[in-house]
Amino acid sequence: MSDTAAQPRSDADGSDDASEAAATEEPTDPDDEQAAGPVSTGAESVVAALEAAGAKTAFGVQGGAIMPVYDALYDSSIRHVTMAHEQGASHAADAYGVVAGEPGLCMATSGPGATNLVTGIADADMDSDAMLALTGQVPTEFVGNDAFQETDTVGVTRPITKHNYFAGEADTVGDTVGEAFELSRAGRPGPTLVDLPKDVTQAETDRTPGPATPPAGTDPDPNADPDAVEEAARVIEAAERPVCLFGGGVIKADASAEARTFARSYGIPVTTTMPGIGSFPEDDDLSLSWAGMHGTGYANLAITHTDCLIAVGTRFDDRLTGGIDTFAPEAEVIHVDIDPAEISKNVYADYPLIGDAGRVLDQLTAAVREAPDAEAWRDRCDEWKETYPLTYATPDDEPLKPQFVVEAFDEATDDDTIVTTGVGQHQMWASQFWTYSEPRTWVSSHGLGTMGYGVPAAVGARVAADTMGEEDRDVVCFDGDGSFLMTMQELSVAVREELDLTIAVLNNEYIGMVRQWQDAFYEGRHMASDYTWMPEFDKLAEAFGALGLRVDDYDEVAPAVEEALEYEGPAVIDFHVDPEENVLPMVPSGGANGKFAAAEDQL
Amino acid sequence: MSGDASGAGGESRATPDADSRPLPGEQPGPDERDHPEGRRNLEGIRIDPVVEAEHASRRAVISALVEDEPGVLARVSGLVSRRQFNIESLTVGPTTVDGHSRITMVVEETDPGIDQIEKQMAKLKPVISVGEVAGDAVTSELVLLKVEADDPAAVHAVSEMYDGRTVDAGPETITVELTGDKASIDNAIGAFERFGIVEIARTGPTALARGDTPTAPGEKPGTAGEPTTHDD
Repeated sequence: MSDTAAQPRSDADGSDDASEAAATEEPTDPDDEQAAGPVSTGAESVVAALEAAGAKTAFGVQGGAIMPVYDALYDSSIRHVTMAHEQGASHAADAYGVVAGEPGLCMATSGPGATNLVTGIADADMDSDAMLALTGQVPTEFVGNDAFQETDTVGVTRPITKHNYFAGEADTVGDTVGEAFELSRAGRPGPTLVDLPKDVTQAETDRTPGPATPPAGTDPDPNADPDAVEEAARVIEAAERPVCLFGGGVIKADASAEARTFARSYGIPVTTTMPGIGSFPEDDDLSLSWAGMHGTGYANLAITHTDCLIAVGTRFDDRLTGGIDTFAPEAEVIHVDIDPAEISKNVYADYPLIGDAGRVLDQLTAAVREAPDAEAWRDRCDEWKETYPLTYATPDDEPLKPQFVVEAFDEATDDDTIVTTGVGQHQMWASQFWTYSEPRTWVSSHGLGTMGYGVPAAVGARVAADTMGEEDRDVVCFDGDGSFLMTMQELSVAVREELDLTIAVLNNEYIGMVRQWQDAFYEGRHMASDYTWMPEFDKLAEAFGALGLRVDDYDEVAPAVEEALEYEGPAVIDFHVDPEENVLPMVPSGGANGKFAAAEDQL
Repeated sequence: MSGDASGAGGESRATPDADSRPLPGEQPGPDERDHPEGRRNLEGIRIDPVVEAEHASRRAVISALVEDEPGVLARVSGLVSRRQFNIESLTVGPTTVDGHSRITMVVEETDPGIDQIEKQMAKLKPVISVGEVAGDAVTSELVLLKVEADDPAAVHAVSEMYDGRTVDAGPETITVELTGDKASIDNAIGAFERFGIVEIARTGPTALARGDTPTAPGEKPGTAGEPTTHDD
């Protein structure tokens, strides 16, 4: 499919058949469902179900057991992007879903194809991202016989999917795929998987899949219990030190507007979690930026001293809470979540409000009669902002600072720029020193912490923006040298598909977060963290057919950023940054948020 | 740009002179800040730091009505092990409704732990309904007990005392079937120990709620042949 699809893309007008096909499918509302067309095989039924559910793009890698499905894609309106590695396909699909606001779709063959998807599925599961994975499987009669390229994919992915399916019959396989697609975004989103034995997809059937619907009971009531909302509203009115904590659920529910209205209507300072970055503009006076292990000092002080924590769409991850004993220890907790199992899982919810983030925030906005008297508290938060700003020193005798690079990119790009990252120090700097103001612009691996997420995520994000007709938006991937080396082969996809994206490698020749911990907690013994053996990434980028640049000094930063952003296609800048730079502030693992270390000697 | 960050970027570099805001090393350390007195316990519940309260764990019977589809038992047992729930037993069997099974679990958990088990179970797609069976539930377990047959008359006497039934008798061993709740089973096993227990197989308890209380929430008693609906 990718070979044939690449053909028109080399034309002078640069249009491709897939995006044209997508453009004719207006409106692009995710709920827009069409009737599936006639089919003759199980595989055609799979593809018809995907088209009917509104899927526009798939990321994957071909292989024996999935070949019938790929063959059915040959005539489909769905654009297939061949990735270099199945892990890249699952991350690209995940990021595509984050940016587009609809389930990402990835495909792989049985055995190693399926197991290579696993990291991306687990990543989507931890971050509650809607994604459907389709895997080929050996023919049903061979299942359980340890056949060539057989893995118990349903067994392997059971604990990391919302639900997974083994497709048993050609007549129903399309319905199953449609259900899995819808289930991935119903209620709390998450990845689903359908395992497709080759005999099932090859078998004849003329049964057209019916309308895709999530299974019964998986699409919960979006409204919270009105009595509970009233009780919570009284607590908010009486609060002296209220704080909002907006999590990734606010973004998934497309509730940023409701979140902004609520906080601004009642003058309540706002912190976010890392996945919640972008839900509230970080340049707003009420914004305290994000809280947690490497969050701002003022956000961590605010959530430590608050008497009323209004937490929306967050699962109170340990990287956010630090030690539970000292987390918001004096706060009445109002917890809004669509998933009842998150209520009181890690932090006891005094006022649980189960429902959709946007709907419940609207309910709260309507129920609160008067703003809490929190002027003194807002002043105190502002004092903390002045006392504990995110800063870094730039002495002349030290190498280029990575934070400076992040700020230079932020300065050179628009607010709608999409940032993707790998995992490690560079990820923290990208989240700290970039001012986010819009949802779905921060695309990262939070819960699983997957090094290597950045490059395939940039591919998925770029394809999503292009599919939505937002070709003008920039996509910037901040990566570390260690993270980049893990998935850089996906650069070949960006070159082949002529994807306009920029990869900024903050190269400190260390697996830097590990080096930082070794210095802080392991007496500076740099076991296996020294990455001085890295290749020259600018030359490697050129070998892939991308633009490759190298930067060592401050005065080279702005011109290189400009050149890379202006380049029509993938560009890689290898920034050689200070290997000694640490991510600060820092709450030591399990420590009290309010006791964050602002500098190394406070650890 | 850069909002609450250092204000560096673009052409101008952040320097201590150009930027009045304190660098990390100049910011107050943890000991120079106020810290609240309050605390939470391990379950995230606010507590009085002086008298730390902890939930005691207790034994609970959880009943789930599930779709009888391949892998449902693996999903439930995988969930229990992955989330480190303390489970004593798990039994599964069909109901009067085609395609439905009942899973009965006995767990030893704190109240928040029991709450989590129920909520996490409810998220599994094949689980139709799940809940703790009320405290006075009818519970029963089946035990097969093989003892040495040196004194068959004595074995028979003990068996009768505990309403047991001899299901196999040979020259070397006697196998007895017992049913009952945990306490009576434990007593019976204690009584058989003096004969020398050769082998034992226990099903683990299964349970139903008393009277017309539904065993799993929303379950309507006597709906044989009809799909059980889950009305909250």
